[in-house]
Amino acid sequence: MLVGNGIEDEEKWLAEGIAGIQHHAFYMHRALDANNLRETLKYSAQMLSELRTSKLSPHKYYELYMRAFDELRKLEMFFKEESKHGVSIVDLYELVQHAGNILPRLYLLCTVGSVYIKSKEAPARDVLKDLVEMCRGVQHPIRGLFLRSYLAQVSRDKLPDLGSEYEGDADTVVDAVDFVLQNFTEMNKLWVRMHYQGPGQIREKREKERSELRDLVGKNLHVLGQIEGVDLEMYKGTVLPRVLEQVVNCKDELAQYYLMDCIIQVFPDEYHLQTLETLLGAFPQLQPTVDIKTVLSRLMDRLSNYAASSIEVLPEFLQVEAFAKLSNAIGRVIETQVDMPIVGVIALYVSLLTFTLRVHPERLDYVDQVLGACVKKLSGKPKLEDNRATKQVVALLTAPLEKYNDIVTALTLSNYPRVMDCLDNGTNKAMAMVIIQSIMNNNTCISTADKVEVLFELIKGLIKDLDGTSVDELDEEDFKDEQNSVARLIHMLYNDDPEEMLKIIYTVKKHIMSGGPQRLPFTVPPLIFSALRYVGYGLQLVRRLQCQDGDVVGEEVPATPKQIFQLLNQTIDALSSVSSPELALRLYLQCAEAAGACDLEPIAYEFFTQAFVLYEEEIADSKAQVTAIHLIIGTLQRMNVFGVENRDTLTHKATGYSAKLLKKPDQCRAVYACSHLFWVDDQDGIKDGERVLLCLKRALRIANAAQQMIAVTRGRSGPVTLFVEILNKYLYFFEKGNPQITTDAIGGLVELITTEMQSDSTTVASDAFFSSTVRYIQFQKEKGGALGEKYASIKV
Amino acid sequence: MVLVLALGDLHVPHRAPDLPAKFKSMLVPGKIQHIICTGNLCIKEVHDYLKTLCPDLHITRGEYDEETRYPETKTLTIGQFKLGLCHGHQVIPWGDLDSLAMLQRQLDVDILVTGHTHQFTAYKHEGGVVINPGSATGAYSSITYDVNPSFVLMDIDGLRVVVYVYELIDGEVKVDKIDFKKTTTTQSAH
Repeated sequence: MLVGNGIEDEEKWLAEGIAGIQHHAFYMHRALDANNLRETLKYSAQMLSELRTSKLSPHKYYELYMRAFDELRKLEMFFKEESKHGVSIVDLYELVQHAGNILPRLYLLCTVGSVYIKSKEAPARDVLKDLVEMCRGVQHPIRGLFLRSYLAQVSRDKLPDLGSEYEGDADTVVDAVDFVLQNFTEMNKLWVRMHYQGPGQIREKREKERSELRDLVGKNLHVLGQIEGVDLEMYKGTVLPRVLEQVVNCKDELAQYYLMDCIIQVFPDEYHLQTLETLLGAFPQLQPTVDIKTVLSRLMDRLSNYAASSIEVLPEFLQVEAFAKLSNAIGRVIETQVDMPIVGVIALYVSLLTFTLRVHPERLDYVDQVLGACVKKLSGKPKLEDNRATKQVVALLTAPLEKYNDIVTALTLSNYPRVMDCLDNGTNKAMAMVIIQSIMNNNTCISTADKVEVLFELIKGLIKDLDGTSVDELDEEDFKDEQNSVARLIHMLYNDDPEEMLKIIYTVKKHIMSGGPQRLPFTVPPLIFSALRYVGYGLQLVRRLQCQDGDVVGEEVPATPKQIFQLLNQTIDALSSVSSPELALRLYLQCAEAAGACDLEPIAYEFFTQAFVLYEEEIADSKAQVTAIHLIIGTLQRMNVFGVENRDTLTHKATGYSAKLLKKPDQCRAVYACSHLFWVDDQDGIKDGERVLLCLKRALRIANAAQQMIAVTRGRSGPVTLFVEILNKYLYFFEKGNPQITTDAIGGLVELITTEMQSDSTTVASDAFFSSTVRYIQFQKEKGGALGEKYASIKV
Repeated sequence: MVLVLALGDLHVPHRAPDLPAKFKSMLVPGKIQHIICTGNLCIKEVHDYLKTLCPDLHITRGEYDEETRYPETKTLTIGQFKLGLCHGHQVIPWGDLDSLAMLQRQLDVDILVTGHTHQFTAYKHEGGVVINPGSATGAYSSITYDVNPSFVLMDIDGLRVVVYVYELIDGEVKVDKIDFKKTTTTQSAH
């Protein structure tokens, strides 16, 4: 019942209190209007008696206090005007002490005291000292706190501060500071004592109420922070030691946490920096339950911001060895507070890291030291599962990346990968993506094999299956994104120095080969092309040198392309065995051409063989076959490294495949494309007119067969597109001067197409194609010159 | 006046990490009316990026494209011009103008855009134009050494098309311009 009605009762008591104040205030006002000092003092004392209640919670008491406070302002105005009441301020100061009750008496005394100081009839120091001593008379925590708060309030503008009008000969800043410190100490004692009042069950409620009162106590520190005359020396010698003494000795968790934080927020940064040792020295003396990490973090954040505010303050940090001191303090705190949750520990390290990145960006050893301390704390334990702790670790790892915008710096931090190991697999991968993103955004080139090695260690979560996860469990889109990022990254690993580049290529290969079947299709192509680009540069280099010095340097080729091609062969082989035959075939052809450019016939031949084997054994889809055969023909057509025998074998195979494609039109097109294998338009090119003609005739036969098939299956003749295509090929070789292509043959083909078209009127597309071809023939005829003459005898 | 962006052979991420930053900062959404891409993007991300520049996107299939549904060739009409698009690995010998001209006749287009060689070229041919925008990322090619990243912007206005080629040479973007006028009837092209 008691507890249940507590709130209602309180409301009632508050209402009664307010009514009492209003009642007495009414009579006090009448007395004031009548300039009746005696009555004024009587009613004001009665009014102030309402503040003697013990029934109200701090919150309600505050309401009551504010009512009284407003009335006291009027009273103070009255006291100031001696002409109205006719009593000197000195006498008045004596007179109010006759009030019967201590609490009203002290309120009145403070009010008169404030006027007394203002009148300068006594030194401010003496009056303040008197007041602060007298207030000891009230030892009830709430009443005492509010009374002293009132004292602080009315004396605020009357402290004998530097430059203040109350700074007399006798009054110094020391007195002002003494006064505030004493009031602060007394208030803190009262505040702490509240903790021990009443039965244990309602302790939680009371701590909450206490917390509401903390600003009354903290206000004193604010005042201290604002006193002009408190310079560094005084802060160091008097203020901080006395405040800390009170904080440490009160042994109260709430007070210690709040006041330490207050100190950090209230006083200037440079004071903290210069008294770092004293301040940090207090931390281990605090109660073990105090949330030190939050306070310490705030201190470091403040100092970091201070360091960032101006470059000129940085020498101060060095001079006081701020990093070492903070680092030690954190170490001690973590050691003594065994129960501190891991998230708190890491949060402390994040703050320290932020601090050192701001203050000592050049000291990578500091950064590594912080990471190392964190690893020490984390290692030997199961991987982090606490979400918030994980976030802190990510913050710890991201900070250096953001600071330096350069992963290369992070790669030199030996503890960086060890911290990453503490993350769970998912977060580890996310962090690896952040690292790659950082490299891409800053266009950072990783230029040594050693660094590449470290980098792959960092991102190994993306490179291979880590313990406990298999690719199957992953989201397909995410997996693709990750692997494409790795693919992009591979292009950022290079060095213009051939020897180092070779090492880099070997390192990359080693790592990506461990990726398993799902990753290879993503990671092999960038490696292949990175290596081919390297071979290409090497080749150009050699050619340039040869141009300069004849062929002297032939044997001094920096890295032998042969080795590279062996590596590429193995790599593509791995890819082809994990069901990416189409991709592997394309890569083999790329390598074949590159090997050809390096004049390495056997290697080029080997690559072609591999491509052919894949074509025969693995590529079954007819559409894929068509593309593959065009790539084979296109590549082979460009290569001049092969001797007659090898070339014959390869062209024979290619034409064979062409004629075996499933669809007739595909067959036809592939076969006429093969004609280019026998006629290459460069200086020592092959010009075998007869075999060109054989190809074209064969294509023509296939086109005919296709036409007949359509006639049989659909009952009409098909489009003439294939014939027009072949006609164009005839014209092509005719222009190139192939003696086997005669004007008669061309004329015959034109006639054939014209006939075919008459029996089929459905195809507009091939019409347009044919007429533009005929137009082309006309165009060439009219152009004149040697070619025009050649064309003249073609009948259209 | 219509702006058409022509590009291709990006080969991301096989051969290049991304488009050069300088190109990316030039290519902003809302300025281009059509994009024609010869192929080899190779991944969806690049497709999505191009789509953000301009929703009217035409793509033909390169031999490395992850997306297999792109067509082998495509024609479209912009203003008075008929454009043809093809990656070009199907046209042998690769990059051979006479062979490309045959494809131009076959598609019956005024402007043929192809890729594959990673070498920017623009020829006036038989009253039409054959353009290769090169590789937008400067991707490695066994056909062309020392590939510079390049792309093409076509400004089509009535019977006139101005072809701007943007090439990144030693970190600097160089612009070249080729003018082309179409005669009213291709018949009398001379």
